[in-house]
Amino acid sequence: MKILVTVKRVEDWESKIKVRPDQSWIITEGVNYRANPFDEIGVEEALRLRDANAPSEVVVVSIGPAAAGAEIRSGLAMGADRGILVKHDGFLDSDAVARILVKIVEKEKPDLVVMGKQAVDVDDNVCGQLLAEYLGYGQVTFASKKESLESPEEKGKKAGLKLSADKKSLQCAREVDGGLEVLEVSLPAIVTVDLRLNVPRYASLPNIMKAKKKTIEELLPAALGVDIAPKVKVVKVEPPPLRTAGIKVPDVAALVKKLHEEAKVV
Amino acid sequence: MIEAPFTPEHDLFRKNLRDYVERELAPHALEWDEAGIFPREVFTGMAELGALGINYAEDVGGSAGDYWYVVVLAEELVRSRNAGVNMALLVQSQMATPIIGEIGTLEQKKEFLAPALAGEKIAALGISEPDAGSDVANLKTTARREGDEYVINGAKMWITNGTRADFITLAVRTGEKGYGGISLLTFPTDVKGYSVSKKLQKVGNLASDTALLFFEDCRVPVRYLLGEENHGFYHVMTNFQGERLVAAIGAVAGMDRLVEDAIQYGGERSAFGRPLAKFQVWKHKLVEHLTAIEAARWLTYRAVDLFDRKEVAIKEISMAKLFAGDLMQKVVYDCMQLHGGMGYVVETPVARAFRDARLLTIGGGTSEIMKEIIAKLVPGL
Ligand SMILES: Cc1cc2nc3c(=O)[nH]c(=O)nc-3n(C[C@H](O)[C@H](O)[C@H](O)COP(=O)(O)OP(=O)(O)OC[C@H]3O[C@@H](n4cnc5c(N)ncnc54)[C@H](O)[C@@H]3O)c2cc1C
Repeated sequence: MKILVTVKRVEDWESKIKVRPDQSWIITEGVNYRANPFDEIGVEEALRLRDANAPSEVVVVSIGPAAAGAEIRSGLAMGADRGILVKHDGFLDSDAVARILVKIVEKEKPDLVVMGKQAVDVDDNVCGQLLAEYLGYGQVTFASKKESLESPEEKGKKAGLKLSADKKSLQCAREVDGGLEVLEVSLPAIVTVDLRLNVPRYASLPNIMKAKKKTIEELLPAALGVDIAPKVKVVKVEPPPLRTAGIKVPDVAALVKKLHEEAKVV
Repeated sequence: MIEAPFTPEHDLFRKNLRDYVERELAPHALEWDEAGIFPREVFTGMAELGALGINYAEDVGGSAGDYWYVVVLAEELVRSRNAGVNMALLVQSQMATPIIGEIGTLEQKKEFLAPALAGEKIAALGISEPDAGSDVANLKTTARREGDEYVINGAKMWITNGTRADFITLAVRTGEKGYGGISLLTFPTDVKGYSVSKKLQKVGNLASDTALLFFEDCRVPVRYLLGEENHGFYHVMTNFQGERLVAAIGAVAGMDRLVEDAIQYGGERSAFGRPLAKFQVWKHKLVEHLTAIEAARWLTYRAVDLFDRKEVAIKEISMAKLFAGDLMQKVVYDCMQLHGGMGYVVETPVARAFRDARLLTIGGGTSEIMKEIIAKLVPGL
């Protein structure tokens, strides 16, 4: 089984993000970057699926600046087999990303593409869906797991996604309001993963050293024949409003009155 | 070396360590201090990350990494906010064990080193004694040769990991008085006559167990001798270099965190209508510390660079330990002061750091001893 898993380089959520004075984007100087956490869950799931279904291969793909090689290395150090970096500096809309991925899928012909349900930088949550649509593949979004993250299954690093005996389809659970639904999707397919699918492993130093020898193929959007002119533009970004000081109310009646008349929540 | 030579692999190791330390260790900082101990699984967890075997050969389970990976370890560990745990882990991997990696026999490596690096056996370093700390050459614990065995008698004091060590890298007297009669042994603690006399109640580093140990006619086979008989003093002194260097690196990284915390607290806490961080007196104080910390870092990195290239670095390492250890006392004092009453409450990391920091001018060779060593290397002094 061949699994393609996508990893995006995003701002570390612990960095203090500030908006540029002209509101065109955020200030990137001094910001730390790391792999999108949903994508790390994707890599973990791909590795578990691979190991439960040998012989299999996990290919990590990232689209972004040369520095995104670090996020691919991170996936390789977790255990993925090789990487592909589609180099591009600057903004790409999700549609362009999906169309680049179409080319990678056509080239690699994976049985499964695992993606994070969204990237925590722009929170678009459309890439996986667009890719499935363009390819005409089945898709399961927000894949989760029946068992909790404290369960023996999780401790035993069992994959939440289950490959059928004939290897032609994949069972995935997803969280829905108040419960769980189990879907079966025929392969090849796109699966986007949610937070409670697994706990990603740490990369150990020996595996970090081993990853040095793994290959990362570099490609360019133009060479793949993809027009990346954005269809969606960022008009402006604004920081969240500063919290203003609270007020004291004399009694419950006054509180309810304010909640009703000013906040309009009761 | 103008930049510290951290490669993408060092950065990746740092990221994984930081995640691990912040998620798996830091949340327990207070609990483990209160317990006066921490779970053994911390050793195995760190081993799985490859954090214990960093700069050891691959055949004993190491990664054969350069010393800059050890720098990453010592720097990231401070994020656990528990100096006791950090000390225990560094004794395990960078103080009690390097000498076995360097001069141990294949058998000793298999029996002691490999399981220590795998986190399966807890290691301790037994040099100091009730009557001999700074004055190592004067240690009194004896190992008398009887046939194929050494018979050990004496006591060791302030031994980190002491209450639960599975083995001790032990300095003993096998010969004449003074430094010429000292040897090193690997000592398994299941030997008859060995006892943990007392777990010592300390000022800080509370989660680390520190013990007074007794040896009464303990018999170990001669094959447990490390290196040559009566050549131990030299090895003890070389071993101190690594110990002092990680102490200096950890001190610098610890000061980074303290000032970072202080700036944050100073920005959030207001008095007389202004955030504390906006009072000039605090701005100047913190900037002075940031300046000195930067100097400490580069003195330390200079020592690391020499040590990593196997150059003589005794002077630089002693200077780094002296400078960073002494500086820490001022930095932690001011950072605690800026926190006001919260600085005196142990939930606040700076309060615990205040207690822990004191060890930095005492353990691994006192500041006075660092000065003695440096003075000997300065012509004319
Ligand atoms: C928490 C903790 C953990 C430790 N862990 C270990 C361990 O795992 N293994 C181990 O072997 N040891 C360990 N030690 C012991 C430590 O290395 C010694 O405490 C240290 O070397 C100082 O020795 P001492 O306590 O005997 O002090 P002393 O040597 O008695 O010194 C007392 C004072 O006299 C000063 N002094 C001594 N000689 C001179 C001189 N020539 N000139 C000027 N002043 C001098 C010293 O600087 C100090 O201020 C630990 C200690 C502590 C507190």
